[in-house]
Formats: sequence, structure tokens, C-alpha cells
Amino acid sequence: MTVGVLAFHGDFAEHLEVLRNLKVKCIEVLSLDDLKKVSHLIIPGGESTVIGKFLESTGVGAAIKKRVNKRSLAIYGTCAGAILLARTVKGKNPPKSLKLMNITIERNAYGSQMQSFQADIGVKGLAKPLPATFIRAPIILDHGSAEILAEYGGHPVLVREGRILAGTFHPEVRGQEQIHRIFLTM
Amino acid sequence: MAKRRNIYGSFPVGTGYDLARMLKGGVIMDVVTPAQAVIAEKAGACAVMALERVPSDIRSQGGVARMSDPKLIKAIQRAVSIPVMAKIRIGHTAEARILEALEIDFIDESEVLTPADPFAHVNKRLFRIPFVCGAVNLGEALRRINEGAAMIRTKGEAGTGNVIEAVRHLKLIRKEIASLKEMSSAQLGKWAENERVPIEIAGMVKKDQRLPVVTFVAGGVATPADAALLMELGAEGVFVGSGIFKSADPRRTAKALVQATVHYRDAKKLAEISTGLPQPMAGLEIGTLETRMQGRGW
Repeated sequence: MTVGVLAFHGDFAEHLEVLRNLKVKCIEVLSLDDLKKVSHLIIPGGESTVIGKFLESTGVGAAIKKRVNKRSLAIYGTCAGAILLARTVKGKNPPKSLKLMNITIERNAYGSQMQSFQADIGVKGLAKPLPATFIRAPIILDHGSAEILAEYGGHPVLVREGRILAGTFHPEVRGQEQIHRIFLTM
Repeated sequence: MAKRRNIYGSFPVGTGYDLARMLKGGVIMDVVTPAQAVIAEKAGACAVMALERVPSDIRSQGGVARMSDPKLIKAIQRAVSIPVMAKIRIGHTAEARILEALEIDFIDESEVLTPADPFAHVNKRLFRIPFVCGAVNLGEALRRINEGAAMIRTKGEAGTGNVIEAVRHLKLIRKEIASLKEMSSAQLGKWAENERVPIEIAGMVKKDQRLPVVTFVAGGVATPADAALLMELGAEGVFVGSGIFKSADPRRTAKALVQATVHYRDAKKLAEISTGLPQPMAGLEIGTLETRMQGRGW
């Protein structure tokens, strides 16, 4: 197993650090060649508009879609990553998403940085609540047929559909390994 | 924003520090109108800095440069979905409160504006909104971090289109961080005292061999190659002030700077990005400057 972290922009280094702590082989993904080497891919936090542009300009986005269709790639998107996985993105100036998950998500749905927050969330399969960090976070308005693994404030914050996992919070910024562990079993 | 040790060394913990991490690998662009903000967002900026005049105009027009009119900042907030930053004068706590009330995403306590307080920078710990501050060396960076800055950028020399000062500040900070490694605890204590920095912060930097917050570069970046040079030297992202909207074709320049900041290790891509670009902003020799903005603050 090799886990790739999409490394155009955002907090990809934090994800790599979590994976290294889990003793998993991990690489930065910046090109089609990099993508070929991985069985799992993390799309990190950052600005979805920026990451979306690089997915398009490098051709990596189209290649990801092909791999998912062939069921040869598992994906975990955090925050901006979750936005890029959604079929429908609401809010101002939405990015071009990969539309790999049948969910509807709204960008910056809580507001500006003043509304960023930390909260304990219960995650399916975890014994203890997880302190979760939400940074200018999106809200999943409709999770379609995806399974809800965690909720906060009446909205799903971690959902799974097949081999794709999407979360609106950032376990990587506190070095939390629990969600990554779930992802590695997918 | 309490400090707690975690696997990332000694990064302080708080949502402001986290937002800074999300910006890494990105370009933050100065914009003076909502239309420019839209151009920046479309080109791939990870945030915009809303201000009334870009540094090169502040330099040429002179006069006291202050916080922008909230009307302009609000219009820019409405125009884009990416984070919006804005500048306050060094030490101007009231301007900071006004920007916090506007709920912008980040405040830049900036030497590009005319300083307001000859004694002290803003006590950034009193605010819920994160701050970025400029620095020319390690001591200055750590004094700002101790005051609560969630992000550091080099000062460089804003509005010149001349990258030498940004390179100087980034290299100097890195060299000073490396030099801490060789110090005994007595020497470190002396260094911290001379620099007016708590020994705990100096100790963190000695151990982690990096600043305890996200570190960008700013001041004089004009071309994609400039951005790539600074990323290669260890910058975690780039601020571009006058370099975009004082170039002949802001759309293309902005896009090229974003591409170069991400693909900085790929020389072939950089060659492609740099080919046939519109004229960059006219540059200034540092020795000819009447005002050195980097000397503001301490």
C-alpha cells in the first residue's frame, strides 16, 4: 500500500506527518506519474479553488476519476478535499469539483475565520469523542446515499460512500490518527 | 490560543495557526478593487490582501498610508470566496479592532503602512482574528510570534519589484535558526535576552529548527522565477504586492506566479511558465530608495 497526498497546495505536509507516524509508505502527488504509484489518495485542506485548478491543469483530476471508476483508488478528502469530491458545490464562486460522491456541500458555510471552531465529535467505530478542528469549514447539506460516520450541529461532518471518505474537519492539524486509520482499511 | 506540544514540534495550537497552514503553497495577492480580487481568485490566489494602494503607489505618491476604508474591504469580501486579509499600521490597535469587527480572515500588521505607535506592536493575543507580521531576522520574527502572530512573512522591500531583500531576510532567518543549534543553554539564554524573546520560544526554535508558525515571503516578488527561488529557499508560500497589478498583463502574471509557486522544483515547467510573459513591473534599485519600509517596526 502506498498513500499519496495531493501536494499542490494546503496542509499536505500535516497529512504526510500523520501517515509517517502510522508507518505507512506515503508520497506527495503532483503529477500523473506520482498518481500511478498510489493505492490511496488524500486531498488535503486548503482553498478548493486553487487545488481544483491544479487538478485540471496537470490532468491529475481526470486520471483520479478514471482510477475511481476502475475501483483502483480510495480517496479521503478533508475540508477543501471534501468539496472537490462532491457532486454539487453551493456557495460563491465554486471550484470545478471531481463529482465523485453523490453529496451536496456548501463552501465556507459557517462564515469567515471568526466562525472557525473546535468541537468534540462522536465518530462511528471510535470509543472516545474526537476533538475536531473546523477551519472556514463547509457544510454537507445532503449526503445522498453516503453513510454518516460523524455529525455535528445537525449536519454530517464525516461521510463514506464506497471507497471514498469526506470530512469537513482537520484531524491532521492536531496529528490525530484515528480517521486516517479508518481510511487505510478502505 | 494555548500552546501545546504535538507531533509537529512546538507549533502553537489554535484555529488562526490552522488557517495559516491551509494557505501553504499558495500565493496571496494585493488587490485594490473587487474586480482585481476576482482576477486574483480566478488566477488561483489562495487569499487576497485588500488595500487602497499597492506598495509601489504608496512609495511613489507618498503621504501617510493607513488602513483601507471598510467599504472597500466589504466589497472585496463580497466579491470572492477565498480568505480576505487587510493591513493595519504597526501598533494601531483601533484599526485592528475595526478589521476584526468586519470579520475579515487575517490581519497584516504591516510596515507598508505608516507606523502608528513608536513603542509597541499590537498585542495580538487580545484578538480572535489571526495576524501575520513581517520580519527581517529571527529575533524580530520571534518577538512578533510572542505577541501572538499566527504567521510570519519576510518584509523584503515592498513595492520595488526587487527580490534581493526578501532573499536576504529569508536566508538570514534560516541561518540564525541553524546557528541556535550550536549554542549552549547559557548562550541561548543570552541570545534570547538580547533579542527580548522568551527563552522558551528560543528553545523551541533551536529544537525544531524552524519557526513555530507558517512562514511566507513578501516584498519585491515580481516574476515566477522570483517565487520559485524563494520556495526553493524554504518559503512556505508567497505574498505578491505590486508585482501583479503593476505588470503589463495582471491575469497572466498572476496565473504564472501561482503555477511557479507550486511547481517550483520542476525546472521544465518553470521554463514553460516563464516563456513569453508580459512585461513585469518596473523594478527599483534598493540603494536609490528614499524610504526603506523594512526598517519600520523592530
